[in-house]
Amino acid sequence: MMDKIDFISSVPYFSGLTKTELDAIAALFFEKNGKKNEVFTLEGEPAETLYFVASGVIKVFKTSAEGKEQILSLVRPGGSLNEIAIFDDGPSPTSAEAITPVVLYGISGADLILKLQTYPKIAKSIIKALASQVRQLMSLIEDLAFKRVISRVANILLEHVVNGGDKQPRLTQQEMAAMAGTAREVVGRSLKTLEDNGVLRIDRHRIIITNKEGLKELAQIS
Amino acid sequence: MIDVPEIQLEKCDGCGLCVDVCSSQLIMMRESVAVVIKTEGCNWCTLCEAVCATGAIRCPFEIIIE
Repeated sequence: MMDKIDFISSVPYFSGLTKTELDAIAALFFEKNGKKNEVFTLEGEPAETLYFVASGVIKVFKTSAEGKEQILSLVRPGGSLNEIAIFDDGPSPTSAEAITPVVLYGISGADLILKLQTYPKIAKSIIKALASQVRQLMSLIEDLAFKRVISRVANILLEHVVNGGDKQPRLTQQEMAAMAGTAREVVGRSLKTLEDNGVLRIDRHRIIITNKEGLKELAQIS
Repeated sequence: MIDVPEIQLEKCDGCGLCVDVCSSQLIMMRESVAVVIKTEGCNWCTLCEAVCATGAIRCPFEIIIE
């Protein structure tokens, strides 16, 4: 694993900083080791530290009123946690939990905001990184709002039924995502929605279509 | 058919994340690559596939009509 300075210089937020600027920022960072299943952020609670993942994986998720968990993203090395709550001073919109042992580098939101005044270059990089996230979210909203993904996933399932006669390949969620032009997490959510709608059942490695006509109807929504 | 994730050894970079996320302890590192060590007990959570940055792991679904 990279050392602290090397790691921080590899984070897009801090790209383009001089060695002196980088040293000043790095001095504010602390290392945090986390165990598998350790929770770093709770939905609805304030978050005061911006974390960057140096190793391991963190799942970012929301929990429904019924207690159902929906993973929104997996944050891998190089990714960050808690920007929203840090920059808008509101509660965290999601929870974050380590799914492997993790090493994080954290900086307090207050320290970071102070440094933005000293090094406006960082503010520019952060705006760029946040804009990129907004762009991805817009694309997600478009897909979800118009139900395009669910419709596409329904079509993919209907086209890949193994007992339909032709020999069909078995598909991973990643492959379905590539076919539907979306993210793997969105396919997972779509499959859950289709299961909740009662048109299919997921039994370990089998997706069992229980209502073919209902699935066909959902496949036609555009 | 054996119901365990498929690992393409030539794509595995040996990061070990799949071992860490597997709650069934079905995967281990052997000679710096991930291997499936049991043929039963996988709950098909697909987290190993989700965390694999090199796309070395596949958890494919069979799609059938009831």
